Amino acid sequence: MSPLLSVAGLVVDLPSPAGVLRVVDGVSFDIPEATTVGLIGESGSGKTMTANAVIGLLPGGAVLDGALRWRGEDVLRADPGRRRRLRGREIAMIFQDPLAALNPTQRIGRQVGEILRRSGMRRDEVRRRVVELFDRAGIPEPSRRLRNYPHEFSGGMRQRAMIALALAGNPALLLADEPTTALDVTVQARILRLLRSIQRDEGLAMLLVSHDLRVVAHVAHQVVVMYAGRVAERGPTSAVLSRPAHPYTRALVQSVPAVRTRTAIAHPLPGAPASPARRPAGCAFHPRCPLARERCRSEQPVVRQVADGRWSACHFAGEVSRS
Amino acid sequence: MFRVIVKRLLTGVLVMWGAASLIFLIVRVAPGDPVTILLGTDASAEQIAELTASLGLDRPLLSQYLTYLTDVARLDFGRSYLLGQPAMPEVLERVPATAELMLTSTAIAVVVGLALGLLAGSRPGSIVDRIVSACTIALQSFPTFWVGIMLILAFALAFRMLPSAGAGTPAHLVLPSVTLALPFTAIVARLTRTSVAETMGEPYIQTARSKGLTERQVLAGHALRNSLIPVVTVVGLHMGGLMGGAVIVENVFAWPGLGSLIVDAVSNRDYAVVQAATFLIAGIVMLFNLVTDLVYSQLDPRIRLDGAV
Repeated sequence: MSPLLSVAGLVVDLPSPAGVLRVVDGVSFDIPEATTVGLIGESGSGKTMTANAVIGLLPGGAVLDGALRWRGEDVLRADPGRRRRLRGREIAMIFQDPLAALNPTQRIGRQVGEILRRSGMRRDEVRRRVVELFDRAGIPEPSRRLRNYPHEFSGGMRQRAMIALALAGNPALLLADEPTTALDVTVQARILRLLRSIQRDEGLAMLLVSHDLRVVAHVAHQVVVMYAGRVAERGPTSAVLSRPAHPYTRALVQSVPAVRTRTAIAHPLPGAPASPARRPAGCAFHPRCPLARERCRSEQPVVRQVADGRWSACHFAGEVSRS
Repeated sequence: MFRVIVKRLLTGVLVMWGAASLIFLIVRVAPGDPVTILLGTDASAEQIAELTASLGLDRPLLSQYLTYLTDVARLDFGRSYLLGQPAMPEVLERVPATAELMLTSTAIAVVVGLALGLLAGSRPGSIVDRIVSACTIALQSFPTFWVGIMLILAFALAFRMLPSAGAGTPAHLVLPSVTLALPFTAIVARLTRTSVAETMGEPYIQTARSKGLTERQVLAGHALRNSLIPVVTVVGLHMGGLMGGAVIVENVFAWPGLGSLIVDAVSNRDYAVVQAATFLIAGIVMLFNLVTDLVYSQLDPRIRLDGAV
């Protein structure tokens, strides 16, 4: 069965004062139907740009290459009208900061129902559907709350409203860009649980962009680890996290503070993340890598299959879990 | 809402008292007096003393001020020294002409300024944006009297298309209202441009786009109202400020409004008329500010005038 979305050799070039920056450099991965894929990496790794490229919301002047196959159709080369109609109805997105992502001068119900209203649904039908969506997103007293403005909602409620908004167009793929980063820790868990249950019940595919390994570990079936605009490693979440096939993934796993042990921050990753403006030659991770040797400085590794369903961009993938 | 309006009107009374007092003081501190102007320089000392007494100008300043205040409280500004008529009706007679000029100018400024601002602000950095920005900076820099004279030279004298002075027909309205509107248009255009460009960068605009809306729907449905909030404030406040511009424009184009009346009254030291006209203008400006605040709170639900946050 072909995947719902296939990202193949995606390249995103952004203009900057320092010249053209390649923020995404040949990224490939698949999102199968009804599957959650976690996209993880440090800031500047190109994970958000990848998600924005998928929905077609990149800043002006961005140049793309590669392919984005949506149900087999290359939408990267589709005309702008086709790309626009994909948004909201087939691919929807929720954003990091729900307060900023909601229009401050419109009632929330109106914003959630906009896509329905614009597709010609009757007013009372829209209202009924918005109440359903609020209910689905776990917003209490939906028929009263839909008359509120965003500033009258709490942070968690706003993100729930944002989720209701994204579900309104009945999409097949939901992009979630750091959906819990701006929320209180106690609220984070509830929103993650909501996303997971919606994904399961509606048979949605989801691309969860996060810098937080724990978030991805809880929700994602598969994980794509990005570093400096490239894929470092991808595969099933549990396998990747328990037996990393890339030194960067291993470092990420080790840098997560374990609550029960005394060493709060066991092994922080040494060095600064590589920025797309100064990407090292060869393997971009080599300046921070404990396994690095001469070959890593000169030869850029390709992403190759290292086990069933496991892909790694390390020359010495076999040594990672052994060392 | 009602309580807020009442409260604002009460503070308004204080402001008006301050304005009335300031006018009283300025008019009397300014050099020149109405008696010499009325009688001419060759009047005898007895004539001068007699007229000064009959106008009440021989009384101490404080006593004059108190009489003035009690009269103002009854909206009685006394008689024009020059015309012998009650001052306020004289002033009110001139209001329609000025209102016509101001409303036309505001309409031009809002329509043209918004259009230019939207055009430039929705494509920041484009050629259109640069042309609009350059033009608006130029328009804002030219002094009003100079623009008026240039327009007269071009359209009234060189092309003979429009009358240069007077009032009565719509053609008479064109040059003065355009002159008054030009700097105002530039302000509205520049502010709209900045505000629209800023709003289009907000995350909720990305949300609107993620719903599959066209750029036009995004602009009209999400960006426009929010970017207009600061524009409304400036238009409201500037409409009061147009009064100042009207004084100059009305004199350049001999427009029979409040502005030309004030200039005449000041040069004749016609205290009653100056006081009545300035008091009225202060009242109008205050009213504009109040209306602006009310409209503002209607546009932005985050601002509640009730004071209960």
